[in-house]
Amino acid sequence: MTQAAALSLGAQRAESPGLWVLAWRRFCRDRVGLASFLIVVFFFGLMVASGLHLIAADWSKEVGVNYAPPTFSGPAIHDGGPSAPLAPDSSRAESAGKADAAAGDIEIVDPLADVLAEIRAQSSAASVAEAQAPTLAFGGDRWGRDVLKKTIKGTETSMFVGLVAALLAAFLATVFGALAGYYGGWIDDFFNWFYSVFTSIPYLLLILAIAAVLNQKGTLTVILILGLTGWTGIFRLVRAEYLKHKVREYIQAADAIGASHARRMFVHILPNVSHVILVQLSLHVVLFIKSEVVLSFLGFGVGVDTVSWGSMLNEAQSELILGYWWQLVAATIAMALLVTGFSLFTDALRDALDPKLK
Amino acid sequence: MTSPNGTEPLVGIRDLKVDFRLDRTTIFQAVKGVSFDIPVNSTVALVGESGSGKSVTALAILGLLPKENSIVPAGSRILYGGRNLLALEPGELQKLRGADISMIFQEPMSSLNPVFTVGFQLTEVLTKHLGMTGKQARARALELLREVGIPEPEIKIDAYPFQLSGGQQQRVMIAIAIACEPKLLIADEPTTALDVTIQKQILELIAALQKRMRMSVLFITHDLALVGEIADYVVVMREGEIKEQGKVQQIFEAPQDPYTRALMLCRPQLTRRPRRLPVIDDFLKPGPLAGAGLEERSRGLRGDEEVILEVRHLGKSFYSREGLFGKREFKAVKDVSFKLARGKTLGIVGESGSGKTTVALTLLRLRGASTGEALFEGADLLSIPQEEMMRYKRRIQIVFQDPYASLNPRFTIGQLLMEPLQVHRIGSDESERRDMVYKLLQEVGLPEVSFFKYPHEFSGGQRQRIAIARCLTMKPEVLICDEAVSALDVSVQAQVLNLLQDLQDEYHMSYIFISHDLAVVKYMADQVMVMNEGEVVEVANSDDIYRNPQHPYTKKLLSSIPQGWRGARAR
Repeated sequence: MTQAAALSLGAQRAESPGLWVLAWRRFCRDRVGLASFLIVVFFFGLMVASGLHLIAADWSKEVGVNYAPPTFSGPAIHDGGPSAPLAPDSSRAESAGKADAAAGDIEIVDPLADVLAEIRAQSSAASVAEAQAPTLAFGGDRWGRDVLKKTIKGTETSMFVGLVAALLAAFLATVFGALAGYYGGWIDDFFNWFYSVFTSIPYLLLILAIAAVLNQKGTLTVILILGLTGWTGIFRLVRAEYLKHKVREYIQAADAIGASHARRMFVHILPNVSHVILVQLSLHVVLFIKSEVVLSFLGFGVGVDTVSWGSMLNEAQSELILGYWWQLVAATIAMALLVTGFSLFTDALRDALDPKLK
Repeated sequence: MTSPNGTEPLVGIRDLKVDFRLDRTTIFQAVKGVSFDIPVNSTVALVGESGSGKSVTALAILGLLPKENSIVPAGSRILYGGRNLLALEPGELQKLRGADISMIFQEPMSSLNPVFTVGFQLTEVLTKHLGMTGKQARARALELLREVGIPEPEIKIDAYPFQLSGGQQQRVMIAIAIACEPKLLIADEPTTALDVTIQKQILELIAALQKRMRMSVLFITHDLALVGEIADYVVVMREGEIKEQGKVQQIFEAPQDPYTRALMLCRPQLTRRPRRLPVIDDFLKPGPLAGAGLEERSRGLRGDEEVILEVRHLGKSFYSREGLFGKREFKAVKDVSFKLARGKTLGIVGESGSGKTTVALTLLRLRGASTGEALFEGADLLSIPQEEMMRYKRRIQIVFQDPYASLNPRFTIGQLLMEPLQVHRIGSDESERRDMVYKLLQEVGLPEVSFFKYPHEFSGGQRQRIAIARCLTMKPEVLICDEAVSALDVSVQAQVLNLLQDLQDEYHMSYIFISHDLAVVKYMADQVMVMNEGEVVEVANSDDIYRNPQHPYTKKLLSSIPQGWRGARAR
């Protein structure tokens, strides 16, 4: 075959859509699916940008007064509430000034006075620059941190946990399910036994047990907990698909041409069951985001130095009594939007990937 | 077709058009203006290949077209008793369905409800349409079962569908269909899923019932040979249009349309064995038939041919668990021995469950054999270790029945054809392999662009060519064709058979040709092996076995072949 002929063949390639291209076309026809896809992409963008410190890098800066209310509801009207206009820093500076005056009266020279004065000047200059705003765009938390930025940072953590944990779970499930379904026999028995053990333990108990064994808080722990406990449902489905596909004629044909077991399992069958895995993957992302929230709420979640939607909700529980609703609302809206978007996206994905072609 | 004797036809179909909406912009015209009559008390056969619109026409008569995506343009009429069925209210149509017009479907296994007994499904029709009481209905149901020839109807009436054989299930379907003594019975490929011997019984049953109940039958089939025996009138359809219609005698003796002639001659016949089968294009092209179908090919073994594969006492048992510890043995293949000569074809015929496919799968080690040996150049294919088998795998290959299932839908044709080359390290690098694949595509008659396409973009016949090309990549010495042309339309079947024959002539391959279709085996095979219930019944040169069958089972099998028009009249 000459080069030119190969080129012309390559040019014609565009005329022949693959199954994925066809699925994408079907997907684009679904308006709800497309809208939800955009939501998911938007959140994904937030996660990546925040992870790269492009936005919300300074989320932990105390930019507002304590519990600064959202700008749209105006500054708090004062009746001795905690968000008094006087910030603690300025009152400290004032009392320090009084002490200076007292020292001058007694005429004792403090050898460090100049240094201290310099430090004070610097710190007061700094606090002037960081003048704490009475209101913030979507309110502030107990330390006056911007709730909006905190939510973005929380999105990063929660989504990262959901995605990675779902990937881990789907990976385990695919490997286990492929082995069990393809080989059958004692390998299948073993994995089924393993599955039964995992599913017979109450879910929360299992999570708490793994949390206790790992014995350290942090994002990685949460991912491990969710990933190691969440593979069971996907495993059943993947195994069933492999059982179905391994007796199909195209697999027999692959056997006849001499393809190895691994090749048949992962090169031939896997692409044909990938739509099941993909849909399950996105379902589990939603599930794990919710689980992370529950875990963090229960205190088994991410560490104190990181923020997630779960930890925000955890904080909100004490704030709500005092009437500070914004942290709760921010986390809830973000989560509801992503979870709903992701669920609709999953539905649309399932419709689009449904192989009606024989 | 004009009405016989000038009387009013039972059903008149006038300019019927049916369109299907595929998506928002595309519309597929399934039936493009079809007109024909179904006269009273006669059998009309609607013949056509897949996609000809024959089933859609039947569904339109019953008002069973899918509502969501089908359009019947105004102007189409189906006249029944002075009324247009297409304009009837759904309620009225429902009253007509089952009572006046009823239908038998292709797959009896999926048309009967598996969770109800046969009796329940039969009496349901009787109580609903005829208003019988339970007792009356049961008595009538027994009568009906007897009428359609179910043995021991008193016992079978309480059986569930899975307890009956395929032929018996189809009989039950017929009993349900004729329960209300309909005026029109529509039979949509009622025998396609059945074995030849059963097919013959069912055809005879339908013909007998038609005479006795004086009803009309619309018989839909792809097999023109079948039609000659039972039909009074024949309508030949292709791509939504009627190609030809007329009395059966006229269609068979003086077909006017080239397509009708092609349908008759593309199918291998028992009496002749041309060097090449004619294909549809030969007929549609103007001018005389180009060489095809003139010269006869002689088949058979002389007995001194080189043997490439020798199978001795092959046996395969399946075990099912019974009770706690017991297991029951089911012998799928019992003591099968044969020799395959180099460059020749061994045909294996038998009905479903005869073990012919199991023989093929065990030879390739796709199933383990229980006993016996298969000697290929002195090596026993059934017992050599797996690694050694790899060397032989490329020399003995298989083409499966269903071209829709045997190609991985997620692979492009290029990937599919390159894979065996990569697995067996044939060719020095990728570009050399690619050139080999392009050459093969050309050889099986596919354009080179196919390399980048996916299996779903091809028709059944093209897919089977791809499957054959895939085997050819390894240049096998033995090619097993397991019902390789059974799922194909008659015209495509001829093309694939011609291709297989050309390849054998060129590469001198040996074929094991497995089929339930005796005419196809007669055409392809030098030697024929008849199997029944796992055993070899008879082995002989193909001409001998068809001329002079020894075993009663072979005789029975041969007498079940649809003989077409002449055969039927001769009997």
